[in-house]
Amino acid sequence: MIRKKVDTVHEALEGIQSGMTLMLGGFGLCGIPENLIRALAESSHKDFCCISANAGVDDFGLGLLFGAQKVKKMIGSYVGENEEFERQMLAKEIEVILTPMGTLAEKCRAAQMGIPAFFTPAGYGTEVAEGKEIRKFNGKNYLLEMAYASDFSLVKAWKGDESGNLIFRGTARNFNPLMCGASTITVAEVEELVPTGSLDPNQIHTPGIFVDRIFQGSRYEKRIERRTVQNT
Amino acid sequence: MGLTKNQIAKRIAQELQSGYYVNLGIGIPTLVANYVPEGIEIAFQSENGILGIGPFPMPGEEDPDLINAGKQTITPQLGASYFDSSISFGMIRGKHIDLTVLGAMEVSEQGDIANWKIPEKLVKGMGGAMDLVASSDNIIVAMMHTNPKGESKLRTECTLPLTGVRCVKRIVTDLAVLDVTKEGFLIKERAKGVDIEEIKRFTQGKLIIPDEIPEIQV
Repeated sequence: MIRKKVDTVHEALEGIQSGMTLMLGGFGLCGIPENLIRALAESSHKDFCCISANAGVDDFGLGLLFGAQKVKKMIGSYVGENEEFERQMLAKEIEVILTPMGTLAEKCRAAQMGIPAFFTPAGYGTEVAEGKEIRKFNGKNYLLEMAYASDFSLVKAWKGDESGNLIFRGTARNFNPLMCGASTITVAEVEELVPTGSLDPNQIHTPGIFVDRIFQGSRYEKRIERRTVQNT
Repeated sequence: MGLTKNQIAKRIAQELQSGYYVNLGIGIPTLVANYVPEGIEIAFQSENGILGIGPFPMPGEEDPDLINAGKQTITPQLGASYFDSSISFGMIRGKHIDLTVLGAMEVSEQGDIANWKIPEKLVKGMGGAMDLVASSDNIIVAMMHTNPKGESKLRTECTLPLTGVRCVKRIVTDLAVLDVTKEGFLIKERAKGVDIEEIKRFTQGKLIIPDEIPEIQV
């Protein structure tokens, strides 16, 4: 039995240094590694390059890292909803690279799967294609996109076991499984950490081989960005 | 008098066929879900990782782990599934989605679309729009015929940065239903009370005007 469990968020982040590239799971505020983000915001490290679909909101999610001036470069797809982020972007305090969301997902997956680059049609004929190799397959044009190179993947799952096997819930899955094993070190925080053997192997979404460290998170807020209900 | 945004959505809903998997963008396209015709069985996909979106939750039953791409709380319909973002865009890139409906700032007469960036204004990002327009064979644009300044959004060439090229097949505006053809924007239907002169006045790109143009039924 291979053990991946660590006891604290600080142990989970051991080795992290200023200037590193980090992948962070989540879509909006859904499925984000809340404990790891909090710990990074409170740490002495800074100048991170963050790869994440979105930029959080001012006082939650990735927004905590922008609020604490921890980010030098942001690679994302849709970065609205965060005023401090917008201020830093307009003041050119951070560099921002916007990427089609499917391309962003696949650049993570390619890194995970040992594929150095891939062709995708997304962005052909637009400014996203500038400087990229174009190749035609079956009469259609595709861009060559490279896998990401990253130091730490920080992901969140619903349940996990001490061997690092992960199960996600609902749309909180999103980018999290793709980032596991896509960086030098992958850290997973889970709402419920169970002993190895407690999870049905048939139900595992991400096998523990892609996870280096796992810990039980605490104080999950799981904030809703746009609470929408039926008219009654 | 043209169509309201809800009427545009209702007209687009007439394009839905049983068995369709459909991706709806943010804005007017989202409203299409409210007008699925009786007896038509479809599944809505959201690129953050759900196929089979049901109604919004009842008050008190919101689940933070269940949202759509607009970050609104949702519920699953019977037969729904969840998946990661790579699978989600694989459904899109692999042409498994039957219909994509999205908004636009401009559409050109070649079917180019611009809907993500206005130079000198704050840019939030393209999200999944570039992936969707690059791979869908059936793209309907839902938009007003003119922008808030009164300028035509149907143009010879887009003036704004592009989201994708030669991809839009049909456009439903407050004034008309138009198809993108090799010769230009072909008027298929016009809104009740809207005459051809008005559509001509507010269309900057090349128009093709058949002899008979039926009214939009909504």
